[in-house]
Amino acid sequence: MTEPLLSVQDLRTYFRTSAGVARAVDGVSFEIAPNESVGVVGESGCGKSVTSLSLLRLIQRPGSIEPGSKIAFEGTDLLALDDEAMRKIRGNRIAMIFQEPMTALNPVFTVGAQLAEVPRVHSSIGKRDAWARAVEMLGTVGIPDPAERAKSYPHQLSGGMRQRVMIGMALMLSPSLLIADEPTTALDVTIQAQILELLADLRARTAMSVLLITHDLGVVAESTSRVIVMYAGEIVEQADVRELFAKPHHPYTEGLMAAMPRAGTKRERLTVIPGAVPSPYDWPAGCRFHARCPYAWERCEREHPPLYQIGAGHVSRCHLAVEPERRNTPHVPLAAQIGARA
Amino acid sequence: MRRLLARRLLQGLAVVWLVGTLTFTLLHLAPGDAFSYHDRHIPADVIERWRHIYCLDRPLVAQYGCYLRSMASGNLGYSISQQRPVLDILIDYVPRTIELMFFSLLLSFVAGIGLGVLEARHRGGFPDWGSRAIALFFYSMPDFWLALMLVLLFAYWVPILPISGMEDVINGPSFSGWQRLVDHARHLVLPVISLVLLTCAAIARFQRAAMLDVMRMEFVVTARAKGVSENVISRHHVLRNALLPIITVAGLTLPSLLGGAVLVELVFSWPGMGYITAAAIGNRDYALVMASVLVSSVLVVLGNVAADLLYALADPRVRAA
Repeated sequence: MTEPLLSVQDLRTYFRTSAGVARAVDGVSFEIAPNESVGVVGESGCGKSVTSLSLLRLIQRPGSIEPGSKIAFEGTDLLALDDEAMRKIRGNRIAMIFQEPMTALNPVFTVGAQLAEVPRVHSSIGKRDAWARAVEMLGTVGIPDPAERAKSYPHQLSGGMRQRVMIGMALMLSPSLLIADEPTTALDVTIQAQILELLADLRARTAMSVLLITHDLGVVAESTSRVIVMYAGEIVEQADVRELFAKPHHPYTEGLMAAMPRAGTKRERLTVIPGAVPSPYDWPAGCRFHARCPYAWERCEREHPPLYQIGAGHVSRCHLAVEPERRNTPHVPLAAQIGARA
Repeated sequence: MRRLLARRLLQGLAVVWLVGTLTFTLLHLAPGDAFSYHDRHIPADVIERWRHIYCLDRPLVAQYGCYLRSMASGNLGYSISQQRPVLDILIDYVPRTIELMFFSLLLSFVAGIGLGVLEARHRGGFPDWGSRAIALFFYSMPDFWLALMLVLLFAYWVPILPISGMEDVINGPSFSGWQRLVDHARHLVLPVISLVLLTCAAIARFQRAAMLDVMRMEFVVTARAKGVSENVISRHHVLRNALLPIITVAGLTLPSLLGGAVLVELVFSWPGMGYITAAAIGNRDYALVMASVLVSSVLVVLGNVAADLLYALADPRVRAA
C-alpha cells in the first residue's frame, strides 16, 4: 500500500460550552491515499462538517481539537504546527469548498479579486500576474468569457457559476487535497451533475485527492471510490464504494440506502430512519444507534461496539458482525415506539 | 442611481418644509415677539408700525403666508436683534459650524471605527470591555458638562489649550499666515474633542456589533480556508462589509452632533450657528431662528443623502439596483 496523503487518528473535536461538552467528533480515524476520492456520508449533526473543518484546524472557540488526536498530512503533523505554518497549508496544500457558494464568497469583492487573493497571500506574486492566473483558472473551471466574468461580483453569478468560482479558488495553487463540504447540496440537480463531473475531471488532471462530505449517497456513488459513513461523531462503517452499495453492513447504512429515492422503483413512500441523531452533549451509552436500530438487542444498549473487520477494507461498528443471526429478527426500533406513543 | 438621488432629494425637500413649518408654528405660538422686551422709551405707535412691517400684527396663518412669500422670493428675512440681513449672518456663521462638524464627524468615525474593530477582535478581553466602559462613560455624560470639564482640565489644571473663540484676540492680529493657522487649529481642539467623545461611543458600538455580525459569516471561514491571516481577514474581508451599516449611522449621527454642537459652541464661545441660534431664541428673533433651523435640517438631509450614495458606492449589490 502506498504512503497515505492524509492520516487521521483518533480525532476528537469537542465544544466546551456552558451547557456541557459537545463531543461533535469523537474518535475518528481514516486515511486518504494520493489521488483518491473518499466520501463521508451521514445525516446533519453526525460530525462530518466538524471533521472536515478540524482537518484545516478551522474550529473556532469554544470548539477545540482534543490532545491525543493526530492529523498527519504529507508526513507533517498538522496539530503540532504553529498558526503561521498552518496558515501556509490552508488554501495552498489543502483547500476547501463549501455548501452555499453565495454566502461563502465575499459579497463586496469581485470574484477575480477573491481568486487572485489566494496566490497573493501565499507568495510574492504581483497583482497583475495574480489576476491573470485568476482569469485563467476561471476558464479552467468552465466559466465562459472569464476575463469579463472575473470583474463580476458574486451576486451577479448563478449558483452553479458561483460554485465553479469556489472550486477555482480552491484549486489556484494546485492543492494535493481538496475538501468539498456538501458542494452540490444548494444546487439544482442538473447543475449538481455538472459540478461533480468538473470535480472528477479536475481530480483526474491534477492528481489531487478529494474528500467529499455529503448527506447524499447518490453523490457518493457517482464520484468516490471509498465511503466513510459517520453517525453520532463516529465512523460506523467504511468500505469500497461498490462493496458498500452491494453489501451494506451497518443498519444505519442500510437505513440511509433505504431512504434514498430511486428512479424506476415502485414505492409508495420513502423509508425513513425513525428518530433523530442524538445530542452530542450526551451520546447514548452502548451503540449510539441502538434506539433507532431495528435489530438492537440488549448487548447494544450496554456495550459500545468497536469497528469490526467485515471484509477487505470493510469495517463496521455493529455487533451484528459477531452475532449475524440477529439480523433475522428485526423489530420496531425504540425511537419509533416512543414516537408512536407521543 | 440618478433616480435614487432625485427621490432622496425630493424626500429631503419635504422633510425640510415640514421641519420649517413646525418650527414656525411653535415659535409663533410661544408668547411674545422680538419687540416685547424693547426699550420703554420707544413710543407705542412706533412699535406697532414695526410689528406691522414684520407681519407680526396679523393672524398666524397670514404670518405663515408672509413667511413663505418672502422665502419664495429668496429673502431669508432680517434679523431684528442683530440688525443685519439673515443671509449675511449665515454666510458668516455657517462655515464655522460646518468646519467644527467636519472635523468632529471625521474624528469620531476614525476613532469609533478603530475602537469597534479593536473591541471586536478582542471580544470579551480587556481591550473590549475596557474601551467600551470608557466610551460609555463619555457617552452618558451631558454634553455641556463634558465641555466644562475639558475646560477645567486643559485650561485651568493643565493650561495648554485656549478655551474660547476661534483665535487669539490679543496676539492674533500680529500672527503670520502660518501662525494663524496653528492658532486656529489649537482653538478647534477642545470643541472637537468634546463632540468626538460624545459621539464616538455610539459609532464604536455599531462598528463592534457589525464586525461581530460579519465575523460569523461563512465567507470569513472561506477566507481562513484560503490561508488569509486573521489580521487581513478583519481589516480587509470583515471591515469592508462591516462598514456598510456604519455609513448609515453616519447620516444618523449628524443630528445629534448638530444638537451637541449648540451647547459646545456656547461653552467654548465658538462663533457658529449654535452660538448664534441660542442667542436668537432668547431674543425671539424669528427670522434668524427659522434660518438656522432650516440650515440644520438641510445639513441633516444632505448628510443622509450623502450616506445613501456612499452606501450604494460601497455595496456592489445596491450599486447595480
